[in-house]
Amino acid sequence: MRHLLSTRDLDLDTAIRLLDVAEDMADTQQREVKKLPTLRGKTVVNLFFEDSTRTRISFEAAAKRLSADVINFSAKGSSVSKGESLKDTAQTLQAMGADAVVIRHPASGAPQTLATSGWIDAGILNAGDGTHEHPTQALLDAFTIRKRVHGAGSRGKSLDGLAVTIVGDILHSRVARSNVWLLTTLGATVTLVAPPTLVPVDTRNWPVTIGYDLDDALASGPDVVMMLRIQGERMRDAFFPNSREYSRRWGLDDGRLHRLEPTTIVMHPGPMNRGLEISAAAADSPMSTVREQVTNGVSVRMAALYLLLSGDREN
Amino acid sequence: MTNTYLISGAALPDGTRTDIVLKDGLIAELGTGLSAAGAQRIDADGLVALPGLVDLHTHLREPGYEQSETVLTGTQAAAAGGFTAVFAMANTSPVADTAGVVEQELSLGEQAGYATVQPIGAVTVGLAGEQLAELGAMASSRARVRVFSDDGACVWDPVLMRRALEYVKSFDGVIAQHAQEPRLTVGAQMNEGAVSGELGLTGWPAVAEESIIARDVLLAEHVGSSLHICHVSTAGSVDVLRWAKARGIRVTAEVTPHHLLLDEELVRSFDARYKVNPPLRRPEDVLALREALADGTIDIVATDHAPHPVESKDCEWDAAANGMVGLESALSVVHASVVESGQLDWTDIARVLSSEPARIGRITSHGQGIVAGAPGQVTLYDPSASREFGTADLTGKGVNSPFFGRTLPGRVIATFHNGFATVLDGELRPTEDVARFAAEQRMGARV
Amino acid sequence: MSARVVFQQADIARALTRISHEILESNRGADDLVLLGIPTRGVVLADRIAAIISDISGTPMEAGSLDVTMYRDDLAKHPTRTPSPTRIPASGIDGKTVILVDDVLYSGRTIRAALDAIGDIGRPRAVRLAALIDRGHRELPIRPDFVGKNLPSAQTERINVHLSEIDGADLVSIDSAAR
Ligand SMILES: [Zn+2]
Repeated sequence: MRHLLSTRDLDLDTAIRLLDVAEDMADTQQREVKKLPTLRGKTVVNLFFEDSTRTRISFEAAAKRLSADVINFSAKGSSVSKGESLKDTAQTLQAMGADAVVIRHPASGAPQTLATSGWIDAGILNAGDGTHEHPTQALLDAFTIRKRVHGAGSRGKSLDGLAVTIVGDILHSRVARSNVWLLTTLGATVTLVAPPTLVPVDTRNWPVTIGYDLDDALASGPDVVMMLRIQGERMRDAFFPNSREYSRRWGLDDGRLHRLEPTTIVMHPGPMNRGLEISAAAADSPMSTVREQVTNGVSVRMAALYLLLSGDREN
Repeated sequence: MTNTYLISGAALPDGTRTDIVLKDGLIAELGTGLSAAGAQRIDADGLVALPGLVDLHTHLREPGYEQSETVLTGTQAAAAGGFTAVFAMANTSPVADTAGVVEQELSLGEQAGYATVQPIGAVTVGLAGEQLAELGAMASSRARVRVFSDDGACVWDPVLMRRALEYVKSFDGVIAQHAQEPRLTVGAQMNEGAVSGELGLTGWPAVAEESIIARDVLLAEHVGSSLHICHVSTAGSVDVLRWAKARGIRVTAEVTPHHLLLDEELVRSFDARYKVNPPLRRPEDVLALREALADGTIDIVATDHAPHPVESKDCEWDAAANGMVGLESALSVVHASVVESGQLDWTDIARVLSSEPARIGRITSHGQGIVAGAPGQVTLYDPSASREFGTADLTGKGVNSPFFGRTLPGRVIATFHNGFATVLDGELRPTEDVARFAAEQRMGARV
Repeated sequence: MSARVVFQQADIARALTRISHEILESNRGADDLVLLGIPTRGVVLADRIAAIISDISGTPMEAGSLDVTMYRDDLAKHPTRTPSPTRIPASGIDGKTVILVDDVLYSGRTIRAALDAIGDIGRPRAVRLAALIDRGHRELPIRPDFVGKNLPSAQTERINVHLSEIDGADLVSIDSAAR
């Protein structure tokens, strides 16, 4: 794998392979010695143009458990905000001998630009770009679902036959986009539920069903309900009237939680707005995978880094 | 240095073969078997002789942004593309909102000599959309400005737009509107539709263009003025224009070569060379624009030539500047999009790229066609040529062309501006030669 | 390219039986013995040896698998290898005698990686090495304790071990001068 830029261009075999390698990584994380020598001598740069401590430390843990050297390059408040371009930064990292660059950027497509520009030879791993994609988040979500459903027998399995409902700000969510492509590639049926203002105007190419009514969607008995974080500032742009109305219509509150089958998997990519898109009871219920998602994030990112940095680096 | 040319065996746009004698800055004679003493002979067998092309919409960047383009380099690009006149948009620094700035641009064009530079004046002071610029002063300046535009920004305030339309009636001016509703396009990055939804790029809805055009044709009707719409890009805009023209409203419209050939699918590459304002639209919009150009709903082709320094495009999509260079590629791109499809013939090309833009822009030294006695504006084009378009085909400062790597038909072989060759054998003539001729001609005119 | 069969099904069976006896002999019985096969074919061989040892000793024995992919030092020189699962018998390896089982012993780098992998899992009393084929060309100071057959070979040759569980038949062949 030369780069990991999106889930849209992952085929089924590659996706399953990534999840299976993540299973192997997860196995090693049960041991007393969690560190593997695999990427000894490799340099992984975490290039973050947006604050995200959670994602950065997950990648950092993943790289370090594979014995890579990790350089954290937080571009916020550094030379970058003083007018240094992405190109200059990339060329600096190239000169430092980076083997992989994990990039988080507020502009959609920035990782792809980095990968195709010729500024740098390193493998590029998209850690979230604008409102485009966040492939490792979708992979860890898929991993978490597969593990809940298939347990120890997860290896090699797809998500055939599972119904996943994703609820919230689809328009601005890179997590939603990456999950739509990945989960459907893996065989799941995906339903999106959101206020009409927070759905892209034209979704004809999306392999999903779109609805506006959360209660209708939950009544159909989905296997997985994934709640997305809602940003407070969307209110100011008139996407919805206020948080109370949002919560009442599109929040997973206690009433809706109790109407779910107890086997339903409740997910959230974090960080959560408790009481807004998800109630405290829902977040903490045994149906919730919120903490597993964090743990699995490290295994999935180890797998991604491994596949990015091993093998033939030609091409 | 000879100022007389004998072009032999060229095909006029209507297909008739003729020799053309250019002498003393004019088209002196047409006919077969012509001879002219001391003339430089140009064998035009197999070439189409088009009236010198006129571009109603370019950004020449001078004064203020000379790292992107200058009047000299911009008009060199124009000549290479077969243009003999270019209208220069007002978003320079300082903005062309006073007689002083437009006269300076005019002079720079005269000195360079590669093409006639006709300045466009700003509608509002500093393009800020708040207060009318001195339209009358610019109109009666030496630059004789008749086209006014805040291009780059939309004249959004309906009252201001109404007043501007009314005001220019006193000197037969026209307001060229950059139709973009600003509130609907805050942070917009590409056409809003299926592709923007997938890529997570902020959408630029077609309605932001169409609603302004609808408002402005109604305003133009109400006050009885003439309105020009810059770079029409959507099928919906075409419908509004068709309706307005059927109603007798005095509106004209332009389409760019890139909107006739390229569509939004290209944005999937996140290659910023495809970032432009208005954005590349859907394939069905491209088809609607071609049809509208063929049936006259859209009157002309204008390039919106917008050079940028390399670093403005060599970056992530959001940070990149809008705009493409287009002068050098325009004729080939129009050829590829509407001539090869049979929708336009060379007579139509002469209309949409020469006579109509000259008429809309109210200039008389261009756009008269290839007739004896007309000013010597002629472009010789080889329609059978074909080339992979590359940086070597660009002569301006900007290299932000979206056409690199595409095989484009045709090639400009020669361009004559005021009867003097600015391009010969497909090569730009030396800067000094062109400037010297232009100076001699000015002195001659004064005698 | 010509393939020459050097070891038939019966030869393989005989070799594994002999190795099993030698293991039991050196360990003085089957107590505290852990067999770990190196994927892919080492795991099959370890399973077979475990079955033979169970037969001889009368106590059931299970083999595990030890994936060494993540411990290799030549990751960038080959197409990406997908790791295989590591299965360690429930009793663990601490204080046990671990017998590593591989099909072909060549440079020794795989075994070096296996020793590192074992070190991260636990602390065995001793580690021994069993290989069906030893083809020479060692690049590290590693030598096998139990060998099915020594097969001196040229580096241009390829040794193919086929096992019925994976390949449908038991045999070992040499492809000469594969160019
Ligand atoms: Zn414009």
